[in-house]
Amino acid sequence: MYVAVKGGETAIDAAHALLAERRRGDPAQPELSLAQIREQLALAVDRVMAEGALYDPDLAALAIKQARGDLIEAIFLLRAYRTTLPRLVASEPIDTGHMRIARRISATFKDLPGGQILGPTFDYTHRLLDFALAAESDAARPARQSLPAVPAEPMPRVAEILGGEGLIEEAPDAAGAPGDITRAPLSYPASRDLRLQALARGDEGFLLAMSYSTQRGYGHTHPFAAEIRHGRVAVEVVPPELGFAVEIGEIAVTECQMVNQFKGNEAAPPQFTGGYGLTFGGAERKAMAMALADRALRATELGEEISAPAQDQEFMLSHADNVEASGFVQHLKLPHYVDFQSELDLLRRLRKEWETRREAAE
Amino acid sequence: MAALSRAEEGLLEAAWSALAPPPEYRLLRPVEIGMTLLRGRIGGTGQPFNFGEATLTRAAVALATGEQGFAYLLGRHPRRAELAAVFHALLQREESRDRVEARVIRPVEAAYAAAVSADRAATAATRVDFSTLVRGDG
Repeated sequence: MYVAVKGGETAIDAAHALLAERRRGDPAQPELSLAQIREQLALAVDRVMAEGALYDPDLAALAIKQARGDLIEAIFLLRAYRTTLPRLVASEPIDTGHMRIARRISATFKDLPGGQILGPTFDYTHRLLDFALAAESDAARPARQSLPAVPAEPMPRVAEILGGEGLIEEAPDAAGAPGDITRAPLSYPASRDLRLQALARGDEGFLLAMSYSTQRGYGHTHPFAAEIRHGRVAVEVVPPELGFAVEIGEIAVTECQMVNQFKGNEAAPPQFTGGYGLTFGGAERKAMAMALADRALRATELGEEISAPAQDQEFMLSHADNVEASGFVQHLKLPHYVDFQSELDLLRRLRKEWETRREAAE
Repeated sequence: MAALSRAEEGLLEAAWSALAPPPEYRLLRPVEIGMTLLRGRIGGTGQPFNFGEATLTRAAVALATGEQGFAYLLGRHPRRAELAAVFHALLQREESRDRVEARVIRPVEAAYAAAVSADRAATAATRVDFSTLVRGDG
């Protein structure tokens, strides 16, 4: 039961004014620009775009500034903004095989065509705080040597190398437009295209923890990171006025292909099976977690016993979205005065009855 | 159209100002900011799936002489889209094609090629060069 209660307006206005003041922080410090956030907190921007499910680095930077660096709040802001925009046209599937590679590594083949390209990675850093950065100067930045021009080199996917021997399942293709969880609610069991869409916008922390659980024995998997690649890909649309595909810009993505051993069954020979991760920006941890989660969620399809939460579609997909989760957890802040009053009355009555019974027994 | 979608607003404005007299055109529909649904493929090559959306701006114009021009570009850039559509229309006119090629298309393509080349060189420097240590007499 809800009862309309008025009286908070002045306090709410004052709270919002205070929020704006605290957001700005010490006015003696220069204000952050969106370009600074976009350029220097680029991985925060990537996360907000990925889980906000909207690629626009400037909007994500604005959301981060407005949310005072609370990334889940920023993701919520981006999701809310997204609902105000019309969807004008669908794009052609991106071709990650033609990615302009910024990073590409394989944990399964040391020498593979195209090589191991480390790119701008935190791996191999010592995780020691770098006080040179505290000095706020570009002195810590090594001068880049002039580098020779490098021809574009083909970077075949590791899956294609395994596919040559028939040692990995074939990537399934299907006609027709893929399902869309933003237009139709999920129902279970959900097909893999829908699951991947839900995982792509899923909370990185949730997916990280759930994928970790599969490694620790909750749903047995023994995966290899066949390939992780990060870089920029072209986006193409087919404008209805033109009727042919045109490039409209580039986006940065990270792709992860995990491979797992599969014993085979009556229909399929022993071979590797895959888990796939694809996210906006340089979200490598997220892409890996997504690939592990994708593989765990294929349990039914591959005839594996469902024994762990990470293999349970409904558990995984109903709880991966941090905007939904945050909304339901935080709704507990809303007034429940009447609900609580009835609980209180009930408890007092039960208490009285309990005391009466005890006295009677004595 | 790929080059026009990459052209920065400053370059398009400069090229527009350099047109004398500026060609007359009208908008076929208001310049729109919206989204495009982005798609990937399972495993990189398999069945398509939706993995998010991106902001997109589109414009459609018609020159007074009749040619139509269209622009679709990622992001929220109404002025850029409008100018890109005008130049797309001008590319279809014999009289203006060479000018647009010289002032817009070629400079954009050159700048893009230079940026890609610098990016590729910086990335290539991080390629691992494995060397194998031989131990013992084999």
